[in-house]
This record gives sequence, structure tokens and C-alpha cells, in this order.
Amino acid sequence: MPKSKSAYSFSNKKEKLDTHIIVVWVDNEAGVLARVVGLFSGRGYNIESLAVAQVDEKLKISRITIVTTGTPQVVNQIKLQLRKLVPVHKVADFKREDKAVIFKEMALFKIVGSNNKLEGAMKACKKYNPILLDKTKKSNVIQITALRREIDKMSNDLKKFGLVSVSRTGAVAMTRGADIFK
Amino acid sequence: MSKLYSGAEIVFKCMEDQNVDHIFGYPGGAVLPIYDELQNFKSIKHILVRHEQGAGHAAEGYARSSGKPGVILVTSGPGATNVVTALTDAYMDSIPLVCISGQVPTHLIGTDAFQECDTTGITRPCTKHNWLVKDINDLAETIHKAFEVATTGRPGPVLVDIPKDIQFQKTKYKKPKKEKKLNGKSHNHFNQNSIDELIDLMSKSSKPIFYTGGGVINSGPKASELLRELVYATGFPITSTLQGLGSFPGDDNQFLGMLGMHGTYEANNAMHDCDLMINIGARFDDRITGKIDEFSPKSKKVHIDIDPSSINKNVKVDLAIVGDVKTVLSSTLKSLKQKKSKFLKSNKQKTSKWWEKIQKWRSVRSLDYIGSEETIKPQYAIERLYELTKDKDSYITTEVGQHQMWAAQHYKFNKPNRWMTSGGLGTMGYGLPAAVGVQVAHPKKLVIDIAGEASVLMTIQEMSTAVQYKLPIKIFILNNQYMGMVRQWQELLHDKNYSESYTAALPDFVKLAEAYNCVGIRAKSPEELDDKIIEMLNTDKPVIFDCMVDKVENCFPMIPSGKPHNQMILGPKDQENKRITGKGKSLV
Repeated sequence: MPKSKSAYSFSNKKEKLDTHIIVVWVDNEAGVLARVVGLFSGRGYNIESLAVAQVDEKLKISRITIVTTGTPQVVNQIKLQLRKLVPVHKVADFKREDKAVIFKEMALFKIVGSNNKLEGAMKACKKYNPILLDKTKKSNVIQITALRREIDKMSNDLKKFGLVSVSRTGAVAMTRGADIFK
Repeated sequence: MSKLYSGAEIVFKCMEDQNVDHIFGYPGGAVLPIYDELQNFKSIKHILVRHEQGAGHAAEGYARSSGKPGVILVTSGPGATNVVTALTDAYMDSIPLVCISGQVPTHLIGTDAFQECDTTGITRPCTKHNWLVKDINDLAETIHKAFEVATTGRPGPVLVDIPKDIQFQKTKYKKPKKEKKLNGKSHNHFNQNSIDELIDLMSKSSKPIFYTGGGVINSGPKASELLRELVYATGFPITSTLQGLGSFPGDDNQFLGMLGMHGTYEANNAMHDCDLMINIGARFDDRITGKIDEFSPKSKKVHIDIDPSSINKNVKVDLAIVGDVKTVLSSTLKSLKQKKSKFLKSNKQKTSKWWEKIQKWRSVRSLDYIGSEETIKPQYAIERLYELTKDKDSYITTEVGQHQMWAAQHYKFNKPNRWMTSGGLGTMGYGLPAAVGVQVAHPKKLVIDIAGEASVLMTIQEMSTAVQYKLPIKIFILNNQYMGMVRQWQELLHDKNYSESYTAALPDFVKLAEAYNCVGIRAKSPEELDDKIIEMLNTDKPVIFDCMVDKVENCFPMIPSGKPHNQMILGPKDQENKRITGKGKSLV
């Protein structure tokens, strides 16, 4: 890279990109998701997955789980900006490799094919405690919960058994042990 | 049973309880019920602007000069989109604004109704927070909260969007709640240890510098007093960003002038060579730091800021103190007095060599320019304006460009809240409406917009506002017929290809003033300049002053593209050796 000749500073250092799982507790009100997501899109960062739902009906608190990739500086900046938003209560940030946190995604697979194939698909999913949600003569809908990369793998492996449709949630996260994130 | 009020009445009830005296606005279909109520609230004066952007900048000028939030009232659709530039400007420069916008009736939202736009969606990234009020029972609480969010912590703009049907509906009025709590977010997050550490760093330093910014101004006049006390108690040199000018006296010997791209040689070199940098309420903006990798390489850095997200955003610091400048400075002074009552004496020896070095940089006299007897040099015009107004406690606004930098360099400010300029967003057309707002807040004071002829044409229609309300603002145009800063960069970076930066067919500003029913004055030569300025100052009406200046003067000193603080271009001669070439061109 040539030496910077700009009044806009830019760094020659290539910073490492890390995957982060950011959990945000927010007031469940109109526009709150757009505010949170806007902090990512406004910096040109893509969100890998997103899961959001109200977790406290009385206090109307929603929990948003976002998986994203960024440099430490940008992730830190997004966290600090998130904390400044009026409807945000708290923000947690985990690295994907963090052993103290459980990450899970759910996926639904629709398989269409002969009995042989349907059984094969079920068998292939065995490791992930598959649940058969719907069954016809020609088709199955299977539910599994697993890690992202495991679901990636299954989406690929099930193709040969007649996989026609995949639907999956974003990751949700929770700390191990008795402690909760404050 | 308590009385029921319409939504429109509640808007004004809230404003009364928030001590609002003036609002800047423009009526339209979706705010008519609110305008209908205006006459019933005598304590609130409405200033009718000529364009909603003008309302926004006027409210900014009002807020910056008075310390109170500026209030804007606009209609839906184009009313709201026109104010977006001003909201973004206020967001960048941390100015408290409350914008009330009308919206189409609730049942029409989302149907592409006449003058409908997604106002909260459009303004989400340029406000601290915004609200669409869909239930009349939430209205009062929301407006009170809006004022609280705009004015607490790091100030900024907020917007409340009120559909027309909500303005007609009735409910009970709720007074503002006393408690100050934003989801438990308090603004001071430092402890005594940090203050002790700061004092320790200060007593060890032999090459210290204070680098202060708009945060000192935003923290209130008391913060500026405390800053002066601290600077005098320590004997350290101090420099200021564009936004911080006035928090410390501009003519004091300890003041090194503004720093940054067009800052003084002594300020930038001191920033580069210091061993302790104490940033108070500034944000390491890219116009300040120059090349970030070589920014002040040998210093310990302390950052005092109310906004935690400012810390370590651009520059990593060694000690962060998150809190209100006023509170932090007062703790620091208290501890300093207790622990090091003879700080000044003990430190004088230690910093004497540093001051010698600073004097050497000073002797370069980087703000000097080549004078002329034929044409008015723009710097000379500002110098004369300063000399002739310095005893008057004047308020200065600016547009954006060369004239803005010359004003910052050559006009000396001694008090906070006297200098209103668009720094972060760099909005041409800011100064004229801002001057309107300043004059509304300070009817008896001298208010001058130091302008460029290109910038001022962007919001020139607000002259009509100034005339309507008898606001005797002075528009002091440094007229060089070019977009000067664009022309300067084209000269330095693009081989003098002055693409579209010359404004042919400019209006005759004197005749234009007459058309607006105010006074036009033109100065063509240095010898008549003083008399003309005095004529302007003696005119108790709005004035457009057309100061015909040197067309090709450039603004120096300058940190050229991609250079650190210690490699400034000083003037026409020096610049031959340090041409900007290659990749730098695309990145300025």
C-alpha cells in the first residue's frame, strides 16, 4: 500500500476480524430494531444472523441477539453506541469461541422423496435430536437445534435425501452456570 | 376532574413548562392545529423562517449562544425533510434541538398520503432519539422526555412526530417528572483515582498541552471559568479546536491558537511534540489529528469526555475520564489545591524549556500574510472587523469555507457561546440563519455572520426573516467570486483545474439588500474598509456587507494531505516544495 497522502487518516494495519455475538436488551417499542440494526448498516457491517423476541411481557423487554464480524475497534464502538440508545438497557458481547456461553440455532428442513430417503434424512440428523414435525407419504419436516456450522453441514448433507427447503433462526445465546449477565 | 386539552394545546403546555420562549418554524397542512393554538400562548414567540433548513440553523444559533435548547416546528413531508440538514449538523456538533414535526393523520400513515414521509425513519440516524406519537396519552410525557434527552449528557437533536389527528384529540395534561433518569444512565463515571492519576501525570510532565473542544462550551459558562483557573494554576499551554474557541481567552499568552488543518504552527507542533496531552471535551476529529499513525507519537494522552463512545474511537488514550467537563475540572482543581498547592511554582522550571520551544514556533508567525494596498486581503478584513468590534461583546457566526477558517484564525474570542460555526458537518448556508437565531436570543447584541458569497446564497432567503423581526444582523461577505476552499484545493491538488468553482452571474449584493428592504454596503479597497465597517456597525438594521476581497488568496497555514502535525505548509513560498501528488488527491 502506498504511503497515505490523505488528510483523512487511514490505517495501513490490517486488523483482524472477529465474530461477535452481541446481545441487547431493549424496550419493545416501534423502531427499536431499526435503531439497533442501523448502527451496523451505517458502518457498512453485515449482520450474519439476528434473533429477536420479547422476553418479559410485563416490562416489555425484548432480547436481540446479533451475530456479526468486525475489527475490535469497530465492535467496541458499536457496543458503546448501542449503550447510548434511549431504549437500550444493557449490552453483552461474546466471542463465538467463548466456552462459557451456549449458542444455539434452530432449523427446519423439508424433505421430499421416497420412504428410503425420508428415513435416511432422519438418520442423518440423529446426532442433533431431530423432531419430526410433519409427515406425509412423500414428505417430512424435521426440526433440529445445533450450532451454526452444524446446521450448515446438515443443509449440505441432506441435499442427497431430497431437501427442498430450509428455514433457520439466528443464533440465541445464554451464559453457562448460575450467573446471569448484568 | 382536571381539564382536557387538545394535542395541539399540550404541545404548548409542554413548551411553557420547559421554559421555551422562542420557536422557529414554518406552517403547513399537518401542523395547522398547532399553529391554531399559538395565539393562546403569549409567552411563546414564533419566528417565521423562509425555509425549514433556516429554522433548524436558527434554532442551532439560538441554542449555542444561549445554552438553552432550540425549538423547531415544521410540517410533514417536505417540512421535515428540509430540516434534516440542520438536524444532522446539530448531531455532529452536539447542539440541543427539539424538533416538533406534523405528520399525516394516523389512519393515513403508510398510504403515500399527500405530504407524507417516514419522518422518524429519515431522521433516525441524525437524532439522538425520535418518537412517533400514536396515542394522545403519551404526548406530554414524550415531549418532556424529548427535552430531557436533547439537553442531558452529550447534547443533540431530537424529533417528535405528531400525526394531525393526535393534535385534535383531547386528554389530561401531565407535568414533567422531576427525576432525572435515563435508563439509569448517569453521566459521570469517574472516581478520585482517575483525578489523582491525572494530577500525577501533570506534575511529571515537562512538555504538557491542553487540547480543548466544544465540550467545554456545552458544559456551560462555569466550565470555561474552571478551565481558565486550571490553565492559569498549571501554567501549561492550551490550544483549542474550532468549536472550543472562546472557552479560553484568544488573546492570552498561554493560548497557542486553534489547532488542526488550518491551525497555527505553534499549536500543531506543540501537539506533535508534547509528552502529555490533556483532551478536554474534544473528539480527535480527523481535521485535528492529520495523519493518525503519526499523531503526537510521544505523548501520554488523557481524554475527558461526557460520551463514553468518544473514548478510543479514533485515538487510543492512556487515561479516560468519562464525565461532564465542569464536574471533572472542579474535582481536578480541588485535588490540585489540596495536594499541590504550589504547582505553578514547582512546575515553572520544568516547563520552561517547553515554553522556549513554543516561543520559537511562535516566532514563525504562521498567520502572517502578504498585505496589499490595492486589494482587500480577506485576512485583513477579518482583522479590521475584529479591531473595530472587540469592545462590543459581539457574537460571530460563519458559513463554511476559507472565510470560516480566516475568521477562526484572526478573530479572537474571549468568552464562550460567542462563536457559532458548522464544524462537524461543514454546512454551507449555516451562518445567516444561525445569526437570526443568535439575534433572537440576544436582541441588543452585535451579531455578525462572517460569510462567503457562495455559502450565503444557499440560505439568503432568511434575510427576509431578519427584516420581518427587525433583527439587525450583519452579513459580512468576503466576496472572492469563488468557492474559495474548493478553488484552493483545486489549486493544490488538481493542477489548477478550477472545475465549476467560479460563480458567474453573482447577484449585486447591495441591490439584493435593498430588495430585502435592508441595507447594502460595499467595500472595494483597503483604504475605505474601516469607514465602511463603521458605517455597518452604526446601522440599526440588517446589513449585507459586500467586501470585495482578493480572488485568489489561499488559507494558510495548512496541514497538507496525509501529513502529520509537524509538516505544515506555511505560505505561498513554502508550498512549492511540498506539492500534493498521486494518491493523496483522491483522499483529501
